[in-house]
Amino acid sequence: MKTYVYLDHFRGEVVPAAWEALGVAKSFGEAVGLVFGSGVAEIVGQAFEYGADEIIVADDAALVDFRPETYASTLSAVLAEDAPALILLPATTRTREVAAMSAIDLQSGVLTDVGALEFDGEQVSAIRPIYEGKLFEKTICAARPQFVLLRARAFPRPARVPGRSGTPRQVSAAGKALTTVAGYAASESSVSLADAGVIVAGGRGVSNAPALGLDEAATAQKGFELLGELAGLLGGAVGASRAVVDAGYIPYAHQVGQTGKVVAPDLYIAAGISGAIQHVVGIRSAKLVVAINKDAEAPIFQAARFGVVGDLFTILPALTAAFKQKLGK
Amino acid sequence: MKIITCIKQVPDSEAKVTAQNGQVSWGESPLVINPFDEYAVEAALQQRDASGATVTALCLGPDTAREALKHALAMGADEAILVSDPALETFDSQGAARLLAAAIQKIGDANLVIFGRQTLDNGAGVTAAQTARILGWPLLSFVGKIELGSVEATVERTIEEGKQTVCASLPAVMSVIQSIGEPRYPSFMGIRKASKAVIPVWTLADLGVSVPAAVVTRLQLLDPPLREAACELISGETPEAIATALVDKILAEKVL
Ligand SMILES: Cc1cc2nc3c(=O)[nH]c(=O)nc-3n(C[C@H](O)[C@H](O)[C@H](O)COP(=O)(O)OP(=O)(O)OC[C@H]3O[C@@H](n4cnc5c(N)ncnc54)[C@H](O)[C@@H]3O)c2cc1C
Ligand SMILES: Nc1ncnc2c1ncn2[C@@H]1O[C@H](COP(=O)(O)O)[C@@H](O)[C@H]1O
Repeated sequence: MKTYVYLDHFRGEVVPAAWEALGVAKSFGEAVGLVFGSGVAEIVGQAFEYGADEIIVADDAALVDFRPETYASTLSAVLAEDAPALILLPATTRTREVAAMSAIDLQSGVLTDVGALEFDGEQVSAIRPIYEGKLFEKTICAARPQFVLLRARAFPRPARVPGRSGTPRQVSAAGKALTTVAGYAASESSVSLADAGVIVAGGRGVSNAPALGLDEAATAQKGFELLGELAGLLGGAVGASRAVVDAGYIPYAHQVGQTGKVVAPDLYIAAGISGAIQHVVGIRSAKLVVAINKDAEAPIFQAARFGVVGDLFTILPALTAAFKQKLGK
Repeated sequence: MKIITCIKQVPDSEAKVTAQNGQVSWGESPLVINPFDEYAVEAALQQRDASGATVTALCLGPDTAREALKHALAMGADEAILVSDPALETFDSQGAARLLAAAIQKIGDANLVIFGRQTLDNGAGVTAAQTARILGWPLLSFVGKIELGSVEATVERTIEEGKQTVCASLPAVMSVIQSIGEPRYPSFMGIRKASKAVIPVWTLADLGVSVPAAVVTRLQLLDPPLREAACELISGETPEAIATALVDKILAEKVL
């Protein structure tokens, strides 16, 4: 089967899950990469190296900022012409919109946040969480193409073969953008939670260290510094519970859980987080969960593989030191 | 200014949801307004408080979904409309979007339609974009701050890579996130008003549309993968001893 893969990027930086999607497409047969944007020649090169058999590129000044209307119209035109059975997209804020809109154009459906696929040689069925991951469903879309959004880190990243290349096919941009991007402020962390292999997350406990003699906000700042040091050492990202986001100690983009991000790191360290159901539903796909909490009865321990009953202000620095030593950093 | 908020009714987030004979069951847990949609109602009410809009809550669902609309009314929405029809047994997101778009057009003259980020049951997070596409209106998604003018809206939205400021002319479709602000509690007066409110029900015939064919089908319900091992507590004499033991345990799992 020839599977199309939408290679999502932000300002020329391809999201890692796009390569994962390309790897999945290759496992079904041939993979056709789609690259939309302005000045995206570099992405085309990378996509061939990651294994794309063909590439369709729309490189147009009209596509300079991602706007869903133009990207969706461009995608719909390609899909209407080529009529593939399946298009895979890495699940991001952008692809959710592009897939949703293009599916309306082509009278098809979108399967979102898919963590596993079954392929019977002809038809793909997708396994995705429902009810906050309390259940899963196996689902298909009868119309063509099936739009499938793949969760980050659910599939292996294919090997990159330097020097592998090809000739992309050019298509033109379509549609009319209905919004204007007037400003952008980059998030302070370079690792997005969805793509992070390690997440060190803090909850209200980071604002609780009476011995420091500081107010809660200043204490929380110290606490998040400790989390940041460990996350930095492990090449990971800092996460947070809603309580500390609501208190204004850390921006919303860091929130893990039902109303924040659903994440799937290899290692999730929860420090000073009680483990409310709305938080825990966000970390069900983490490979290894470690909890640090003063309260031995905290429900987070039921979601964790390893736990430490103790004060995060003493455990975290010791943990950072121990990792430094063991990893020889 | 006329603002519509789209809300759905879902099982409470504390509910234990299980598969029973191939059907989803949430036991005795109540059905509530989708928590993400409370932010949509809150966002609409904030605009009304600031500039005097009317707020209409719109829901597509069975008759029981009236209760979710009553919650929106109790929070302060001016009116509520239920789209319901016995012929509507199943519909997927694109079907929901087509019906919501038809209802939005029937309500008429809307300047802004506000959605939640996603539903708690299906959780696809695509309906706002699909409705915008059908209406041909601009989409402003994942919005945390709204500045509403008479002919255009400027918003701050959160994406993976940071924050963007985006403008669009009205009418527009928005989806909002928690940064909008805590949804207000229904007031005593609001609850009284809501309990007396008459909620009109629009059928497919009222909307002048037929049942949209569902293209997405569920083949099977599955239980989530079981967590194998219970929590192992690591203890020790000093923080250093605990940390060393914990790091050994973590490294032995070979996840890093
Ligand atoms: C509709 C809805 C959606 C929600 N969505 C989310 C969501 O997306 N994400 C989310 O996180 N929450 C969400 N919540 C909120 C959730 O219910 C909890 O209120 C929240 O997760 C609690 O955050 P917390 O664990 O940081 O705080 P708390 O519950 O206050 O827990 C703090 C913990 O820190 C421990 N502690 C204190 N001091 C220390 C110390 N010095 N060292 C070690 N441990 C310490 C305490 O023992 C306690 O267990 C949602 C709630 C609702 C109703
Ligand atoms: N049946 C419905 N009735 C009204 N609004 C809905 C319905 N389903 C979804 N929505 C709206 O669309 C948003 C996204 O839903 P979803 O795409 O299912 O995750 C929700 O937060 C609601 O604002």
